[in-house]
Amino acid sequence: MDIKEYSGVFVFAECLDGKVVDAAFELLGEAGRLAAVKGAQVTAVLVGPVTDDNVKALGAGGADRVITCGDGRLKDYLTLPYTHVLETIVKTYKPEIFLFAATPIGRDLAPRLSARLRTGLTADCTKLEMDAESGNLLMTRPAFGGNIMATIVCGEHRPQMATVRPGVMQRAESVSDAKPAVVAVAYDAPADADGVEILETVIKPHTKQNIRDAKILISGGRGVGSPENFKMLEEIADLLGCTTSASRAVVDAGWQEKDRQVGQTGQTVRPDLYLACGISGAIQHVAGMEESGLIIAINKDERAAIFSVADLGIVGNLMTVLPSLKERLAQALG
Amino acid sequence: MKIIVTIKQVPDTTEVKLDPVTGTLIREGVPSIMNPDDKAGLEAALQLRDKIPGSTVTALSMGPAQASVMMREALAMGADRAILLCDRAFAGSDTLATSSSIAAAIRTLEFDLVVTGRQAIDGDTAQVGPQIAEHLHIPNVSYAAEIVPEFGSLKVKRMFDDRYQWQRVKTPCLLTALSELAQPRYLAPGAVFRAWREKEVETWNVSNIEIDPGYLGLAGSPTKVKKSFPKAVKPAGCVVAAENGEAADIIMKKLREHFII
Repeated sequence: MDIKEYSGVFVFAECLDGKVVDAAFELLGEAGRLAAVKGAQVTAVLVGPVTDDNVKALGAGGADRVITCGDGRLKDYLTLPYTHVLETIVKTYKPEIFLFAATPIGRDLAPRLSARLRTGLTADCTKLEMDAESGNLLMTRPAFGGNIMATIVCGEHRPQMATVRPGVMQRAESVSDAKPAVVAVAYDAPADADGVEILETVIKPHTKQNIRDAKILISGGRGVGSPENFKMLEEIADLLGCTTSASRAVVDAGWQEKDRQVGQTGQTVRPDLYLACGISGAIQHVAGMEESGLIIAINKDERAAIFSVADLGIVGNLMTVLPSLKERLAQALG
Repeated sequence: MKIIVTIKQVPDTTEVKLDPVTGTLIREGVPSIMNPDDKAGLEAALQLRDKIPGSTVTALSMGPAQASVMMREALAMGADRAILLCDRAFAGSDTLATSSSIAAAIRTLEFDLVVTGRQAIDGDTAQVGPQIAEHLHIPNVSYAAEIVPEFGSLKVKRMFDDRYQWQRVKTPCLLTALSELAQPRYLAPGAVFRAWREKEVETWNVSNIEIDPGYLGLAGSPTKVKKSFPKAVKPAGCVVAAENGEAADIIMKKLREHFII
């Protein structure tokens, strides 16, 4: 492999329900910063719902070029057909870097593709930089449940592939009149395309705000005591016009839905205010919320680890503190 | 149905603590466990075997000799065979080298279904499952939460963040198991006893598999760890003991200082 033949930063523009997902725009923002270091191009790869809206949005989000593969058979994500399309695109266009969102789709597609190409893949990165000396991509990720950080390089293989945690990278400033170059690639179905077939898709009703978009999160852990006690958190969230989130313990216990979970195996959030109620602060949880603007923790155990990341810690009983807080907030915002 | 389940011995990262002074990992006294997603996968495989006459379950792992304790646990849960790939040649493997070696071992066995855990709690990469499937040229379904056997295929509940799909996958295939796929059984003392007395862990080295030496260990790993470091420690905030209105007032003051309200 002559790695000098490879250039440019590619982003997989993951889609759901026909639209490019938020995480892909975060990747484009990051790709732009990386490409600027080398004076390279940013390319978005759009497979499936190739619409004017999607292409335009990718251009506005920072793509200099959009490589598309639109075919009715690619409407929904399937591992093998998508792997085949990306394999063809990589072999033709030879990207130096290829980024994916670390979503249930990206974390299935990227490993399969990396194995087919026999190149390196780094999972769930939270920081990407170009190494000025070697020109390689430095990919930093939490390991050991978020206890340590590791910086990974893929020096002798291309593309350098990474999945990136949603919610960590920043979108680029939107350029509304951007005119990205568009290259359409035809789909030739691989022999193994029919290995998996989708029988039924069930979308869970989405009544609450996505916790990644929330400016304020009222978050509860095991210390909340019961699913009924979560109502108190929801009432405070209503007063502040925000939403609730939860620790893994609470989700595992079935008190809250999985889409509320903050942490290493849940989502990474960075709200302006994170109010941690009865959360002990396991490292896996802290990994998902430590970048929040202001962290306030209430816990009756003075040794709780959450206090080491909190800007303000209240050692006290939730059941006395929260009702008083609710009252004060109602007065102040009344 | 011939089922192979890959399992990994991992440190129980929920028990890992950081040294508050140096910020480094305290590894002493941290127990080693069977990775939770893998254990759910093994349990699901055992339940499938019990439903379909003539089925077998083989537990397969790659790791140091001490992982044989975990292989015994797999036997005690009910696995028919336990194979541990143990060789210095595997040392330093990244996910690509690991998946290549495990796939090479699987190729020497008969199988209709390979079950891996979605991800291991020490690395959290979720890469090895789909990569094994790629090396074996079989379809994979990741994030499996339910399996229904059919003739020549499986119906699998595939989870996403805000949705799930029922997918039909042709066998042979590979599934990556979520921990919700099955609740692992409790081990009866008799089962543990029999696993030690009547069953054997087979230890394989690199000569038991057929693999391009260039795909092995450090040399077969495109990614390298450049450095690892403890996370930056944030300066400590203020912690006060307070209840009722007193606590609420302190919180309100902070919210005003930060213009939250």
